Amino acid sequence: MKTTAIARIGAHPLDEYLRTDRLPHIWCPGCGLGMILGTVLRAIDKSRLDIDRTTIVSGIGCTGRAAGYVKLDSFHVTHGRALPFATGLKLANPNLKVVVFSGDGDLAAIGGNHLIHAARRNIDMTVICVNNFIYGMTGGQLGPTTPEMGRTTTSRKGNTEKPFNIPYLVGAAGATYVARWTTAHVRQMERTFIEALQKKGFSLVEVISPCPTYYGRMNEQATGLDQMRYYRYNSVVKHFANLADVDISLDGQIIVGKFIDIDRPYLPAPKGENGK
Amino acid sequence: MGKKVGMEVSLAIAEAAKMANTDVVAAYPITPQTHIVERLAELVANGELDAEYIPVESEHSAMSACLGAVATGARTFTATAGQGLELMHEVLYVASAMRLPVIMSVANRALSAPLNVWGDQSDLMAVRDTGWIQIICENGQDAYDNTLCAFRIGEDKRVLLPVMVHVDGFYLTHVIEPIEIPEQDKVNHFLPPFSYPLPLDPDKPLTMGAFAPPILFSEAKKAQEVNLRAAKPIILECWAEFAKIFGRQYKPIEQYRTEGAKILLLTLGSFGETAMAAVDKLRDAGQSVGLLKLRLWRPFPFEELRQTVSGAELLIVVDRALSFGGPGGPAFSEIRSALYSEKKRPRILGFVGGLGGRDLMVAEFEGMVKRALEMKPSGAEQEFEMYGVRE
Ligand SMILES: Cc1ncc(C[n+]2csc(CCOP(=O)(O)OP(=O)(O)O)c2C)c(N)n1
Ligand code: SF4
Repeated sequence: MKTTAIARIGAHPLDEYLRTDRLPHIWCPGCGLGMILGTVLRAIDKSRLDIDRTTIVSGIGCTGRAAGYVKLDSFHVTHGRALPFATGLKLANPNLKVVVFSGDGDLAAIGGNHLIHAARRNIDMTVICVNNFIYGMTGGQLGPTTPEMGRTTTSRKGNTEKPFNIPYLVGAAGATYVARWTTAHVRQMERTFIEALQKKGFSLVEVISPCPTYYGRMNEQATGLDQMRYYRYNSVVKHFANLADVDISLDGQIIVGKFIDIDRPYLPAPKGENGK
Repeated sequence: MGKKVGMEVSLAIAEAAKMANTDVVAAYPITPQTHIVERLAELVANGELDAEYIPVESEHSAMSACLGAVATGARTFTATAGQGLELMHEVLYVASAMRLPVIMSVANRALSAPLNVWGDQSDLMAVRDTGWIQIICENGQDAYDNTLCAFRIGEDKRVLLPVMVHVDGFYLTHVIEPIEIPEQDKVNHFLPPFSYPLPLDPDKPLTMGAFAPPILFSEAKKAQEVNLRAAKPIILECWAEFAKIFGRQYKPIEQYRTEGAKILLLTLGSFGETAMAAVDKLRDAGQSVGLLKLRLWRPFPFEELRQTVSGAELLIVVDRALSFGGPGGPAFSEIRSALYSEKKRPRILGFVGGLGGRDLMVAEFEGMVKRALEMKPSGAEQEFEMYGVRE
């Protein structure tokens, strides 16, 4: 009998980083999360990070489930608290490489306060903020990233509030590395993750990601593919763009690229500084 | 007569808040509460409910926004569950102490960790001492009716306290039940418009929640305690009025087949429905078993408890929450303490079960009765057991 390609290969190249006993994952068909997690793991692999010292912290949400799928030290904390948890982790053990992988709701709504303070303190960690413009896990409600007029299960007639521009927000708060890609930019995303992982200080990569189940269906992009097409044709790469201009609207351009890459003192201070 | 419709219980709760003409809803989504607030957001968007829906960024903000809204005299509703209720915790005390009658449904859910979104009553028990009036519902009709009652009770000028209406997550929130939705004019007759006696008003400025030094704080707390206890007759009055208008009578402790019962089970919330079936089976088998269903959790119905257990020899309390390292399930230990000074009281044993969405079926309630008859505890800490746990 002819075997499938996957059976012949035996394993996925990233299996080493995955708790394969926890698969299949819960993510919907067409969701962008698998792509992003795969990209993070490839970036970790290519960065030759010591896996025993690499940790992934997630809050609650569809995105947050990632912490349970990776075969690294990982923590699935309460909703919104990925950043303070990660801060404790990094400051208590500066040898760890701390990656926060969480949703826009987790990081910018309920955890929004921590986002600005972690950036302000410039804690040495890499934050991957998956922005699907909605609270996916709880059924597609309005969040602080939903574009104006975006429809959700709590804004059926369209959102009337101005959303956060996440790069602008964390840039203003003091982040030293800020970038944005969409799931249609897997290669760029990977290079950016590798760079962000090397960066000393607070780095944040916002990844625009399809949630066809809620955001897509309610906003005339019913499938993951529709959302990917939208990203493909409406993204404009503008490195170091003026962050005040990178707002996202319902049907406008998505400005992507590396926006900030600066150096300033970070925490935990390297040995020998601060009198240590 | 109103119309009986098949309706998801969450939607019925939203319907009650709508028919109460709620002015403000501030909420943050959390499973299994989401359908309640999504429906309210939809009603506001459609123009069916003339209210402000505030999609706040967390539950802490939800409760804070609700306090602000009530302080201006607006009728205010919110809903949450589990972790969300815990995040509100600090503000819950302020609501009751400031006499701000926020009305809230709680879709009871387990507390992390490990993460669990399913039903139990750990969240309910964790907010026991917040000074809110707390009503625990058994089924969908109860949830609709008591949401309406909550507005009338909490906003009554003799009460002015926030009210939580507890509904078991998923077991109630996500099931479709036949629910009688009354005519709007009857609801209007039952529930007068909210008129808060001391609203924040720029023309008549006042300060709420200011600093209380030790010389005042205890008096403020005593006043709160007196006020919460004094709410009980008004709750009973509300339920009597409700029965007159809508034909359904609610009581602080409901009884089922308790006539002459030597053994009583006591449950909170939706387990009452399952336990009734168990009681029927046990009665058929000739056992003298009845059921008590605790509806009013705060203020606690001492008098009703004494009356309803007076003829029993054994009282079995079933909790859906655990008090780690403590004297038993929270309801069990309160009930045991409430009856401690009675000269004649039943033997009281407790079980903790159904945590994090684990079902307890009819056979398990029968099993608890059987097990209770075998138990030979020596000391208070052996008077309860966790039921149905793999070792
Ligand atoms: C204190 C608290 N409030 C609410 C929730 C319910 N909740 C779980 S995930 C979530 C939002 C998820 O949105 P996001 O962070 O954007 O992640 P996504 O699911 O879209 O990946 C919410 C509101 C919770 N778990 N805890
Ligand atoms: S609900 Fe949306 S974000 Fe969550 S797994 Fe499905 S598609 Fe992805």
